[in-house]
Amino acid sequence: MFKIIKREEMAEGTVILNEIEAPLIAKKAKPGQFVILKAYEEGERIPLTMAETDPEKGTITIIYMVVGKSTAYFRDMKVGDSYQDIIGPLGKPTHIEKVGTVVCVGGGTGVAVLHPITRAMKEAGNHVICIIGARNKDLLILEDKMREASHDLRICTDDGSYGRKGFVTEELKDILESQKVDQAVAIGPVPMMKFVSRLTKEYGVPTLVSLNPIMVDGTGMCGGCRVTVGGETKFACVDGPEFDGHKVDYDELMMRLQAYVEEEKACYNDYCRLSEKG
Amino acid sequence: MAAKKERIQRVPMPEQDPDVRKRNFQEVPLGYSVEQAQAEASRCLQCRKPSCVEGCPVQVDIPGFINLITKGDFTGAIRNLWAKNALPAVCGRVCPQEIQCEGRCVVGKKDKPVAIGNLERFCADYERMHGSGELPPKEEPTGKKVAVVGSGPSGLTVAGDLILKGHSVTVLEAFHKPGGVLVYGIPEFRLPKDIVAHEVNFLERLGVEVRCNQVVGRTVSVDELFEEGYDAVYLGVGAGLPRFLNIPGENLVGILSANEYLTRANLMKAYKFPEVDTPIPRGTDVVVLGAGNVAMDSARTAMRMGAERVRIVYRRSREEMPARAAEIHHAEEEGIEFFLLTNPIRYIGDDNGRVKAMECLKMELGEPDESGRRRPVPIEGSEFILETDLVIVAVGSGANPLLTQTTSDMQLNKWGYIVADPETGKTTKKGVWAGGDIVTGAATVILAMGAGRKAADSIHKYLTWGW
Ligand SMILES: Cc1cc2nc3c(=O)[nH]c(=O)nc-3n(C[C@H](O)[C@H](O)[C@H](O)COP(=O)(O)OP(=O)(O)OC[C@H]3O[C@@H](n4cnc5c(N)ncnc54)[C@H](O)[C@@H]3O)c2cc1C
Ligand code: FES
Repeated sequence: MFKIIKREEMAEGTVILNEIEAPLIAKKAKPGQFVILKAYEEGERIPLTMAETDPEKGTITIIYMVVGKSTAYFRDMKVGDSYQDIIGPLGKPTHIEKVGTVVCVGGGTGVAVLHPITRAMKEAGNHVICIIGARNKDLLILEDKMREASHDLRICTDDGSYGRKGFVTEELKDILESQKVDQAVAIGPVPMMKFVSRLTKEYGVPTLVSLNPIMVDGTGMCGGCRVTVGGETKFACVDGPEFDGHKVDYDELMMRLQAYVEEEKACYNDYCRLSEKG
Repeated sequence: MAAKKERIQRVPMPEQDPDVRKRNFQEVPLGYSVEQAQAEASRCLQCRKPSCVEGCPVQVDIPGFINLITKGDFTGAIRNLWAKNALPAVCGRVCPQEIQCEGRCVVGKKDKPVAIGNLERFCADYERMHGSGELPPKEEPTGKKVAVVGSGPSGLTVAGDLILKGHSVTVLEAFHKPGGVLVYGIPEFRLPKDIVAHEVNFLERLGVEVRCNQVVGRTVSVDELFEEGYDAVYLGVGAGLPRFLNIPGENLVGILSANEYLTRANLMKAYKFPEVDTPIPRGTDVVVLGAGNVAMDSARTAMRMGAERVRIVYRRSREEMPARAAEIHHAEEEGIEFFLLTNPIRYIGDDNGRVKAMECLKMELGEPDESGRRRPVPIEGSEFILETDLVIVAVGSGANPLLTQTTSDMQLNKWGYIVADPETGKTTKKGVWAGGDIVTGAATVILAMGAGRKAADSIHKYLTWGW
């Protein structure tokens, strides 16, 4: 059993942070790696990239958006409650290297995953510029942490309630126009990663993206997580989750993410109805 | 005497009616009663030089245990089985008896062979339901620690053998439940999961520690296991890498590997969705590619999930189908159709990226290939479209590199399987043994167990005398 020792709500309660006791995983995990969590016997196995690990304390931190029944159940767990199963660390760690100037672009809960990578990029001696975005000011997460992890933080909101009004790609374009960038990292909703990659490709800037396809085992035995990268099929759980952003087939990924929308909707609605009844 | 025996017909296994069972997940064969088992056991000729035993990969004393059944000594019979086979309840249900023991049975030359598998199953079930549950005696603790990686049939066999020899045994399993293919692959209607849980529980009562959620190669490496103080490591991680056909359109929604489909259905119990949280695609017109046990299990699962039509598409002919005879027979009874000598060349999707059809070629059999089977060759101009809304790819599996890539100094063959001595299971890395599908490639439960037993003997010798 994996006990929750800290719980926070962000972005108006739509995003939840859990710090969980998982000493073996905490000891091994590196930025960019993920875990698979299952809350209870009949639960689903949900992959989430770790936002933080504390090897001394023996804990890992996950930050997730409530999108369906499983994450709604996770949200309803309190400090002291436990996840039945956590498996990890899975996937390949991010390749961190001193390259010069790195731009890290994060959207939504992708910012949580981006945070440890940003910090590691800075620690490796890079000049790190960060762009984080959200629909509005209240939905923005981890602003302070991202400011600390980078040299220069830029903020964009769709409605202009905070920072620049507009998409992260607009800010990114200005940066790419005005200075030499050696690498980009983009983590967030699939369309965001797609448009960031399209832009950086024009400027010839190598770009890492972290993909989140549907998974079951996370160890390369089912192939449910297949993605097309550079015309080849890859298993995101073992070959990734990070890939060359310029080569990923985002449209296919988006379609594959829709595989169970109907089932998920029905399941989520049932759960909400039941929990309202108490 | 002998003449009288030959007159008794093979006792048929009582089974659920095909029209009923094809929509439920309960076990298909219902098992022999005591009377049925004894009647069937009486058909055995008690050959002095039994060829059935030669046909058994682990040399179970078949006439011996059958004789004990006729005498009504069911405890004696199960003890006799256990001496060679740690998982008789499983093997009685899933071994390909027709090419092993029963294939060699002398009675089978004129008549139907003695139902050895059914009798094996009877003994194990009888013990589970009526036995004392008494544990076998264990030797004095040796103070040696063994790590068994993977909890499939080969890992469980090693764990069981070594715990009885007095060693301390820890099983490390990547999934959240132990049992390997027995829990995630083979469906409930063929091998009830209670049986696997019972076997694992038996080992735990003997003192084996089973740790789930341990992905060796990620959570901990083989080298680190030695640093943690283990004296020997057994690798029984199976052949967990799904093969696809690598033809255009394979990543469309609605095309799944059998591994994924069966893991959702069996391990995650998705056939109960929405009672459980894991979903599984429901097709109305399902195609399964391949014709082995995995394909039959996938097809029969799809039928139980409510499909209107399920077709097995296979590029060779009926004779080459590798599945157990019983599985093919059961599948046909349940209305699964066979589309033989047919090979898909591409998948066709709709606007939402979901599969809606496959383009196929008709094949004919040519000269024998390296496997000795006649090679299927395409018939020119025979392209046709086959409509479907769910495709399950069951065309084999390979070696999963996750563990082997992170283990130093261990030799692999050109396909990525671990090189191990067939007599002892020793790998090229000191203190490490391997067996089962990760050495042989996808094979059978009994071969995986046989390899486990040999390795356990060798590990015991090593822990007693050295490498
Ligand atoms: C659907 C299906 C039906 C089958 N039907 C039959 C049948 O009717 N008759 C028959 O004889 N055989 C059948 N087989 C084949 C048989 O199940 C296998 O040959 C047998 O299970 C192999 O046993 P094993 O112990 O080598 O590996 P497995 O049973 O594959 O077990 C390996 C275990 O190791 C775990 N593992 C893998 N990697 C790691 C890691 N890095 N760290 C920790 N754990 C790990 C896996 O999760 C798994 O639990 C079938 C197979 C399938 C898939
Ligand atoms: S999640 Fe199963 S192979 Fe990646």
